[in-house]
Amino acid sequence: MFPVGGDPGPSFVDLVRAAGGASGIAEAGTAARIPWSPPAAPGAGGSDSSMTTGRPGVWHGTTIVALRSLGGVVVAGDRRATEGHTIAHRGIEKVFPADRHSAVAIAGAAGPAIEMVRLFQTQLEHYEKVEGSTLSLEGKANQLAQMVRGNLPMAMEGLAVLPLFAGYDLRRRTGRIFSFDLAGGRYEELEYYATGSGGRDAKTTVKLGYRDGLGTEKAIELAVNALYQAADEDSATGGPDPLRGIYPVVAVVDESGYRRLPDTEVADRFVTLLGSLAQHRNAAEVTNPPATSANAPQIAPEREDEPS
Amino acid sequence: MTMPFYVAPEQVMKDRAEYAQKGIARGRALVATISDAGVLIVAENPSRTLHKISEIYDRVAFAGVGKYNEFDQLRVAGVRHADTKGFAYSREDVDARSLANLYAQYLGQVFTHEMKPLEVEILVAELGVDGKSDQLYHIAYEGTITDEPRFVVLGGDAETIKNRFAELDQSIQSFEFTLKSAVAALAGPERTVPATDLEVGILEDRGSRRTFTRLDDARVSELLS
Repeated sequence: MFPVGGDPGPSFVDLVRAAGGASGIAEAGTAARIPWSPPAAPGAGGSDSSMTTGRPGVWHGTTIVALRSLGGVVVAGDRRATEGHTIAHRGIEKVFPADRHSAVAIAGAAGPAIEMVRLFQTQLEHYEKVEGSTLSLEGKANQLAQMVRGNLPMAMEGLAVLPLFAGYDLRRRTGRIFSFDLAGGRYEELEYYATGSGGRDAKTTVKLGYRDGLGTEKAIELAVNALYQAADEDSATGGPDPLRGIYPVVAVVDESGYRRLPDTEVADRFVTLLGSLAQHRNAAEVTNPPATSANAPQIAPEREDEPS
Repeated sequence: MTMPFYVAPEQVMKDRAEYAQKGIARGRALVATISDAGVLIVAENPSRTLHKISEIYDRVAFAGVGKYNEFDQLRVAGVRHADTKGFAYSREDVDARSLANLYAQYLGQVFTHEMKPLEVEILVAELGVDGKSDQLYHIAYEGTITDEPRFVVLGGDAETIKNRFAELDQSIQSFEFTLKSAVAALAGPERTVPATDLEVGILEDRGSRRTFTRLDDARVSELLS
């Protein structure tokens, strides 16, 4: 029980703060030093290199992508976490349900990012239970923006978290995507968005295949292609891994809610994608036969992540 | 110099208890019971928006009778306790027993130390997991906590309704049968309660994390017909 005036209302973040257990992310708007952040290593604090390659000992999540489709949004993310130039984990997840009708995906320092997602999920559910109604989609995006803003001191020390928020707006009856910057800026994306180390490649792929009113099936196909292309170009992005059965997370949010595609379906989509990519290559070779040498390799060199 | 009147502690407690009981008896009753599908809570409540039955956590529900503002405050405190615990530890670590104890302590504290006791009676229900049985904790205005094995009746005229329900529903039955028995017990032999005056909340495993649902009027009348 809180005294009148000191009541945190429906905000879980304020509740945690009132109870004295504020986490860094919950400290939105205060410049207090984060108790558990290590002292800045010489030259590491806030430098560009620490933002991209990460600090030693800190795992980084990489590529996430979201695009609007006719009935909602498709959100996808690869499964790799890196520590510097090594692979730290092959199966982490970066796409989560925020609540029934929205998804949150994360790129950046994995630890604070997953903590932020947990806090965000709890916050949305807490609000819903205390108030008896859900926040608007924009309200949810603003909540997340505050958390990103609260993480700014940590971001300056190389623990940046860049989320992506997407969901189905039940009032406007459409899918919506929100991107964020490190300072807590919240921007609505009208078509698609991708971020993380392979974000550029993913975004370019989506850009080339995107058109208005894309059906859900086509949107999923495009998201899968985007992650494949990102993994093809970016060493920190993981591709499909049939040996271990690890595939990117692909989720659809529409009127009926958040739905994660089963791994088998994602695997099938990668097989289809590779089939069409191979066909494309072969067709190109038939129409433009190598002019210089008749002995040009007919078989593409084997790739380790190609499904058997 | 005036001396304050001496009032025997027994008398103070008796007066407070009477006061709280009067407040609770004015409100309409609520039946919480276990069916084969899970926990079922039925309340007589003509309001569509001011709920007596609510969700606390994934597998925990809350119900209260008496003064709305008082039990709603307890409900919010419960949501806060559960969410904080689930966030700090794990979602599995949130249980009804610890919450019920917390409520009992708070109600007991208010009853003995404050001017006015809370005019509420509350229920904390938990849907069992992994073969553990469902739990119903009944907490009275003075902090008495009881663990009911099958059903519990809260609010005005609780004894009569309890006897009626015990007669109708003697073991764990199907969901529909249990709902009908609960409504019949609330209504009594002389009147019928329309679906619009009922609030029905259930805790049921449907494959999702959150198990609480509040049934709408259409569904309730369909089940009762």
